[in-house]
Amino acid sequence: MSPLLSAGTPAPDFTLPKSPDAKLRLADTRGHPVILAFYPADWSPVCGDELGVFNEVLPEFQRHRAELLGISVDSVWCHKAYASARKFDFMLLADFEPKGAVSRAYGAYRAQDGFSERALYVLDAAGVIRWSYLSPVGVNPGADGILAALEALK
Amino acid sequence: MTARLTPPVSDRDHAQGPAGAPVTLVEYGDFECPHCGRAYPMVKAIQRSMGKELRFVFRNFPLTSSHEHAEHAAEMAEAAGDRGKFWEMHDLLFEHQDALEDEHLLAYAATLGIDPPWAAAALEQGVFRERVREDVASGGRSGVNGTPTFYINGVRYDGLLHPTSLLEALARAAAPE
Repeated sequence: MSPLLSAGTPAPDFTLPKSPDAKLRLADTRGHPVILAFYPADWSPVCGDELGVFNEVLPEFQRHRAELLGISVDSVWCHKAYASARKFDFMLLADFEPKGAVSRAYGAYRAQDGFSERALYVLDAAGVIRWSYLSPVGVNPGADGILAALEALK
Repeated sequence: MTARLTPPVSDRDHAQGPAGAPVTLVEYGDFECPHCGRAYPMVKAIQRSMGKELRFVFRNFPLTSSHEHAEHAAEMAEAAGDRGKFWEMHDLLFEHQDALEDEHLLAYAATLGIDPPWAAAALEQGVFRERVREDVASGGRSGVNGTPTFYINGVRYDGLLHPTSLLEALARAAAPE
């Protein structure tokens, strides 16, 4: 298990597919805080709970002008079906090819399993990491740490 | 990371049992969630067993992305609460998790003597929506990580959703060494 990047580190830039025909570049999100939620897989129950909880708490993230980005190694088509079935109101990015490259750059890849860790990052408006948290893979971390980190940005 | 109930229990909450009880159990729950449905008789049994030693508080955390009836069920519980019937509605909803369409919710309101047109208007206009969102926001700050999430004297309970484990944790809180 590789360590997560720590607070004060500039967030490594990346470009990942956000839909079958569009990509998102992290650097283009500057100007507001960003929450990166790495998670093992679409459809698996704990992830569903975690992202379902985050989806309910979105208005609280938005109060801090923060954008939530979910990241797993699933493909854009899988993300599309999953987000639509669960009615998620945030983007899921596909760390699919080369597999897990962004997760690795953030120390959030489980090479032995071939999927991302359950890891959270809060980036400030300048794209600097201000908080990171690695949860045991089977435990849903909840949103309290994210909200506390967003409060602390002020 | 110890998740703590934020904000703490206040007059705003729906509570059963004495305010001065040594143990307060708070549940963030979703009336359509099967795990919450399984927890419901557990909590009832614990309330019977602990009696005046326990205060039980329920806050809403409808997982609307997976449960299409959960939001209206939560709003109906709050509407009933406005008429002094929160717990009666809470029980009816958990006892009828397979019948949570609006028509069912209005029938439960009628059963409890709540004017159905008033209840229907409350749902339609989202009168209690904000109240439910406040619960959800507090759940986010409190570290709710699925439903149900329980807090014992303000600290998140991360143990098993099993009557023995939960009762043991409550007993420890009731009689700290």
